Amino acid sequence: MRAAPLPSARLHDPALLRRGSMLLAAAVLLWPLLVWTEFNPATLFDARSLRATWRFVSDFVPPKHDAAFLAELARETWRTVAIATAGLTLAWLIAVPLALVATARLSVSALAGHIGVLPFVLRQGVRWVLIVLRSIPELVWALVFVRVVGLGPTAGVLAIAIAYGGMLGKVYAEILESSDPAPTQALLRNGSGRLQALLFGALPACSSELVSYTVYRWECAIRSSVVLGFVGAGGLGQQLDSATKMFAGAEVGAILLVFIALVALSDRVSAALRKVTA
Amino acid sequence: MRPSADTQVPVIELRDFSAPAAPGARVAVLRGLNLRIEAGEQVAVIGASGAGKSTLLMALACAVQPLAGSLSLFGTNPWQLSSAERQRLRARLFLAPQVPPLPPRQRVVTAVLAGRLPAMSLLSSVATLWHPQRADLAEAALAALDVADKLWHRVDRLSGGERQRVGLARALVSQAELWLVDEPLSALDPSRALQVIDTLIDSARREKRTLVCSLHQVAVARERFPRIVALRAGECVYDGPAAGLDDDALRALYAGTPAPDAPPVPPAAAALPETMCR
Repeated sequence: MRAAPLPSARLHDPALLRRGSMLLAAAVLLWPLLVWTEFNPATLFDARSLRATWRFVSDFVPPKHDAAFLAELARETWRTVAIATAGLTLAWLIAVPLALVATARLSVSALAGHIGVLPFVLRQGVRWVLIVLRSIPELVWALVFVRVVGLGPTAGVLAIAIAYGGMLGKVYAEILESSDPAPTQALLRNGSGRLQALLFGALPACSSELVSYTVYRWECAIRSSVVLGFVGAGGLGQQLDSATKMFAGAEVGAILLVFIALVALSDRVSAALRKVTA
Repeated sequence: MRPSADTQVPVIELRDFSAPAAPGARVAVLRGLNLRIEAGEQVAVIGASGAGKSTLLMALACAVQPLAGSLSLFGTNPWQLSSAERQRLRARLFLAPQVPPLPPRQRVVTAVLAGRLPAMSLLSSVATLWHPQRADLAEAALAALDVADKLWHRVDRLSGGERQRVGLARALVSQAELWLVDEPLSALDPSRALQVIDTLIDSARREKRTLVCSLHQVAVARERFPRIVALRAGECVYDGPAAGLDDDALRALYAGTPAPDAPPVPPAAAALPETMCR
């Protein structure tokens, strides 16, 4: 006579072993990555490097705040905001048409099963264009455009436009695809055009996500203008570059405060816009 | 009282028609259906859950491609047309799914007027998004279904029954010649249900539209519709006047399933799409 399994055996989670071994496998795979990247937490707490870091960071306070510097800082801040905004606007103009072609949500041929061959090829082609646009870092685009249009903000604007166009296009297409398909499909099935189905079916569901992602990308553009400034695209980045090279910690501190303010601003704008579109 | 068959082209003609439940699926849910519906007819489709009622309406709306047999809509085979021509054909019919495909964040007036998109230019549909030009049409349709007071409300503020009637108001404003309505009463109480079905039938008669309506309420179907098509396991087991469908036939139709007049489970309201985490 076989005894009924003990309660402890019946309550044994059958997934436990698999989860444990997955965790172990992940750790085993990650360890060589840490070794290859020469990651050694001990150096963070090494007394000598801590002292050097402290000397650099303690210079940040108090931030520089004389009138002449502040006036220049305001001018450069404005230039940075202008670079990010102009770049993102151009990126948006690149991204929207590409996203509309790339997204499967607006496919008429997919309504009744299989996407047609030609639409499929077109869609894949556009996806590859987006991949190429965003896989080349904006720094490289900036180095290219500095040679075309010379040193200055224009190179930064164009670099952001191209790289961010690729990112926005991909994410816009995926946001559209992740929304509830029913409203859009119902409109297409009743004979509406693709753009009409987008406006009346997909956008009401996605507007919040689209807006907040776009504002977030604006924030990223502000940050990436720093890197572009290092290669002479102008704005706060160029100032930060010269300040760090001259070990002017007080200037660096002031510039960083401006960045924090700009990111906080974008955070508030995003929250407000989400409230409007919710 | 059907119009003489030979003098005019039928709106719908199915010959040995087999179709799957979803686009791209290979299993036939409808098997060897023969059906002919003339312009201006009102037909109720009844049958147990899973008998193929919704699949029939989807197939008639060119939403699923047939596996075998032929479908003729307004005298043409939609699957021999180009994608663009088929989209133009789709503008002549209106499929109202059981769960109203309305974006939750849209206003009722916009959701209703979306039924007229196939007849609107892109410019005037953008204008409608900004300010509805034909709010009077939406209001009249909503009034006929007793929800006129919700005209300026948002869809996600509506109850399930109100949402269903707003979905039907969209059909009322559409300029389609063929209405395919899937279980319009599933979220309505019995007295409201009669009012809604009368509104649908009356306006279809008045405007000389063809109405094909799937129903779980057999009593309503027998009382209000001149012609009934009964499906069982994807096959047509009765096609004729409502009077010819006796209680024995009904028992056979629903044999092995719960009582036909038992209220079906109301569909879950379309969930908001998952918020994006980027």
